[in-house]
Amino acid sequence: MPETVTAPVLKQGSPDDFRQLEAGLDSLQSETTAKHGVDWTRVLLPLAAFLVILVAWQVYVSLGFRRRDIVPGPLDVIGSLSTLWGEGSVQQAVWTSLQRGLVGFLISVAVATPLGLLLAQVKLLRRAFGPLISGLQVLPSVAWVPAAILWFGLTDGTAYFVVLMGAIPSMVNGLIAGVDQIPPQYRRVGQVLGASRLEMALQIVLPAALPGYVAGLKQGWAFSWRSLMAAEIITVGGTMGFGLGSLLDQGRTLSDMSVVFSAILLILFVGIIVELLVFAPIEKRLLRGRGLLSGSTR
Amino acid sequence: MAATPEAAVSETAVSETAVPHAAVSTDPAPSLAAPRREAAVVLENLGKRFGSGAPVLEDVNATIGQGEFVALLGASGCGKSTLLNIIAGLEEPSSGALEVPSDGAAFMFQDSALFPWISARGNVELALKLRGVGRAERRTRAMELLELVHLAEAADKRPHELSGGMRQRVSLARALAQDRPLLLMDEPFAALDAITRDLLHDELERIWKETGRTIVFVTHNVREAVRLGQRVLLLSSRPGRVVAQWEVSEEHRTNAGKAGELTGAITTRLREEIRRHA
Ligand SMILES: Nc1ncnc2c1ncn2[C@@H]1O[C@H](COP(=O)(O)OP(=O)(O)O)[C@@H](O)[C@H]1O
Ligand SMILES: [Mg+2]
Repeated sequence: MPETVTAPVLKQGSPDDFRQLEAGLDSLQSETTAKHGVDWTRVLLPLAAFLVILVAWQVYVSLGFRRRDIVPGPLDVIGSLSTLWGEGSVQQAVWTSLQRGLVGFLISVAVATPLGLLLAQVKLLRRAFGPLISGLQVLPSVAWVPAAILWFGLTDGTAYFVVLMGAIPSMVNGLIAGVDQIPPQYRRVGQVLGASRLEMALQIVLPAALPGYVAGLKQGWAFSWRSLMAAEIITVGGTMGFGLGSLLDQGRTLSDMSVVFSAILLILFVGIIVELLVFAPIEKRLLRGRGLLSGSTR
Repeated sequence: MAATPEAAVSETAVSETAVPHAAVSTDPAPSLAAPRREAAVVLENLGKRFGSGAPVLEDVNATIGQGEFVALLGASGCGKSTLLNIIAGLEEPSSGALEVPSDGAAFMFQDSALFPWISARGNVELALKLRGVGRAERRTRAMELLELVHLAEAADKRPHELSGGMRQRVSLARALAQDRPLLLMDEPFAALDAITRDLLHDELERIWKETGRTIVFVTHNVREAVRLGQRVLLLSSRPGRVVAQWEVSEEHRTNAGKAGELTGAITTRLREEIRRHA
């Protein structure tokens, strides 16, 4: 025992003294950092990185190691993009794919959220279906395309089916991982505070698991976007609309490398923009609100 | 385990067979003795073992009176938290019986265990909400409780923006929001610096007097036990049982000589308990 027998704790000082001492300590120990405004390095640094890559690419192409029709330069691709834009196919492809991706994503969220909560909270279900869900996450969802074409034909149904098979398992897994990582203390507090089972799930488990859940949604979006592109590349014709994958496949059939590169870049850009405008702000807000961002590189 | 009559401070050794408070009458300050009040918590031959291991608690006997402030003292790992969890209903005893208030107890943990996704006020409000307090009343009540722990200004801050001492005060406000007559505290100030801890002792004593709660305060710190408790119960280690108790009077908190004497006597006894395992 570290305490010295000769120095017991005595009551000393008036209540006012204590009140002042307390107020002093409180202000000394509270964080004083003010919130800062827009951090321009967030925009400028990625732009600079992008420009560096473009320049390096252009230089490489200008050196002429490869034929231009096999490895087009950024200028060729920009030219092709503006032609495609003039024809309206860029707008049509982006819109079609984005719309499908969004609808598929929303359906996936609606299915995966209750499913994930159920699996995370009910041991029997978790034991039974957990391995299957993890397995599905490993299976590339392109593997479903042939089956989907046979079942749904060349329709939007095929695209949606493949998207759901890609997104749902990773969302479910994200939510389960989020619930697993809740400090056990929170549930004990909930129990002490007298929370019922439902209150525990909605007031404590779900908010506590939110960072993992959002990470799962983000991964789910990435998976559904990839699956969608794969489905669109393979499934051309029928009542399938003209998406980014279709644009890519069109470039391949015409042996037009600039179109192929334009489509690849567009697919990439949509991904980057959704990350920057949707997921990054949500995640950042969530983590900062819980004091989890200080010292990180975000 | 024999009583030590030559000790300067009267210590009541609790024999394993006797009812715990039968011996208290020899104490110089009998007015504070527990049996004169209505009992809030009664523990009878309580035992606990985890799995097939050695028992952590064995034959724990104690009675805690209503409105009493009891400090439960013991070396680390002796089963203090386990005992508190059993009283709170978070764990089941393996043997013995216990009597606790039917509506459960408020609990305060060593780390504040505040929810990081809501503000200080949100945390207090959640406790009120889970107790069934209506939305309109929740807000005013939460502010009153934060005012009680002198934290009204910090009501909208998130836990991570508060210092350790402030977090523990929010945690105290949340425990008070549960509005149970029994408050269990598991080493709530152990992780705090000395100045803050002294302050919180003062604050806790004031709140205890204002609210009339029954408090069981777990600590491994003798000085803290003497500073706060009306009665100090000593828990032995492996197995844990109540082996001695001391009454603490107001004089023990204001008179350096008396306080030192009592602290010394308890420390000696505690060290004796620990040395038995050397
Ligand atoms: N859930 C548990 N399972 C197994 N052993 C436990 C568990 N909880 C506590 N113990 C054991 O019980 C003993 C007492 O623990 P605890 O009550 O936390 O002590 P204290 O709070 O006095 O430091 C320790 O030896 C610890 O290892
Ligand atoms: Mg403990």
